[in-house]
Amino acid sequence: MSKKSSVAIGVLGFQGDIEENVAAVKQAAKEMKASATVQLVRYPEEMEKMDGLILPGGESTVQSSLAAIQQSLPVLKKRIAEGMPVLGTCAGMIMLSRRAYDRVVGDTKQKMIGNLDIVVERNAFGRQNDSFEADLDIGIVGKGKFKGIFIRAPAVSEVGKDVEVIAKHGSKIVAVKQKNIIGTAFHPELADDARMHKYFLKMVLDYRKGKA
Amino acid sequence: MTISLVASEPDAKGVKVENAESVRTVRGTTLLKRGFAHMQKHGVVMDVTSVEQAQIAEEAGAVAVMVLDKLPYDVRKAGGVARTASIKVIEEIMDAVTIPIMAKCRIGHIDEARVLQVTGVDMIDESEVLTPADEERHIWKWDFTTPFVNGARNLGEALRRIEEGAAMIRTKGEPGTGNVAEAVTHIRMVNNEIRRIRSHYQDGDKQELMKAAREMKVSYAIVEETAKLGRLPVVNFAAGGITTPADAAFLMNLGCDGVFVGSGIFKSEDPAQRARAVVLATTFYDDPKVVRDAQKMVDEKKSLLGLDTKNLELRMQERGQSA
Repeated sequence: MSKKSSVAIGVLGFQGDIEENVAAVKQAAKEMKASATVQLVRYPEEMEKMDGLILPGGESTVQSSLAAIQQSLPVLKKRIAEGMPVLGTCAGMIMLSRRAYDRVVGDTKQKMIGNLDIVVERNAFGRQNDSFEADLDIGIVGKGKFKGIFIRAPAVSEVGKDVEVIAKHGSKIVAVKQKNIIGTAFHPELADDARMHKYFLKMVLDYRKGKA
Repeated sequence: MTISLVASEPDAKGVKVENAESVRTVRGTTLLKRGFAHMQKHGVVMDVTSVEQAQIAEEAGAVAVMVLDKLPYDVRKAGGVARTASIKVIEEIMDAVTIPIMAKCRIGHIDEARVLQVTGVDMIDESEVLTPADEERHIWKWDFTTPFVNGARNLGEALRRIEEGAAMIRTKGEPGTGNVAEAVTHIRMVNNEIRRIRSHYQDGDKQELMKAAREMKVSYAIVEETAKLGRLPVVNFAAGGITTPADAAFLMNLGCDGVFVGSGIFKSEDPAQRARAVVLATTFYDDPKVVRDAQKMVDEKKSLLGLDTKNLELRMQERGQSA
């Protein structure tokens, strides 16, 4: 491992709100006074070099079909299994899940990364007119409400035994953690609140420290 | 905050507050509308007229589909009045694909838009491809919970539409022609105008910003915000005439956030391959090797032949120019 003190965070750069996650990581690093570089990643060789990875919001069907080319899926699967911290927001959580089905259309041919032991219901709250903002309690990022921005959001319908539920909206599970993997149904990158990205950056810093 | 909330109307009629499961939830906010558009970034929205086309588009990696009665090329050929698509077709497509569904309403036609909103489409395109229903004004889009996208040829048009509530802007281009030149002109125009106000902003010359606001018939606040950001305060896509993967890459390289493809895909003779190729070129727009590979997937002999934009009977881009 290189001795450089800065951690490298990648944002999967196929489709979706990529730049918003880049900005959120920069904000988090600034608030923590941590040294982190953040870049867009689209090629397997870039994914190999990262200390942490964010899978942004967007359309999961599009992102996973683009990830399937150039053999990115096995690389992502391997890096996450090795312990690289990963944060998936909305579409990103869907891609990380073991299985996803659409509320209306049912099961689809979508290819998954699959390391996160959950089943996800896509478009669980409805279509865009049902997209909503609601305050959430997320203990792991600290006290004080977190603004949940749910855009055609999924929800978690089943969790495996190693999965910790970290946030709920009413009766629905909307954020989970399984060791080095965090999945959120909402968009912390749009919340003007860097706490989730700070928590993730801390995981990445600890992961690097553990490897050094 | 990475989503600008400039010009938003916090108490707009489209904003709905309710208490579900004893939790306060809010729908139809500017953040949710513009946020939806942000989720479309780096993607390709494809025009479709049937369930079959919508499924081909989804399979190819379209980020959303736009449902029309006729593709723009056929609108030109058919003549007459072009209106919003059949609701039955829209509903069938909503049940068949998982990606967002957009549909067009006529410029100013408030009730076509209301019908699309209750049908549950994810975004409404107040579009010059259809025959304008109101020559004087556009829809006041803050009254809606559903987000809108509008076309624009220059910065003034774009900012006027945003102040009326548009959550996303696209170039007008010249739809249905297979010629990307007009879309290129429009994006360059917007980019140049933003560069000009940005330099005034950096010089601290507020009088010039005010002058620009008066010329464009928009508020000072939105001009200042745009100048400060150095880009439109909402997501900006390219549209009108995109036919090949290289066309899509070209517009992405000019700074667009994504592309709409109308007649270019389903009026070609190789729609499934072409749809996939345009998606690849849009994602890897800055990598000429991948764009080359995408170009290889399409056969130029199968491209929409196209129309001469200089001698068109109908210039759709000139519709809806009113302040």
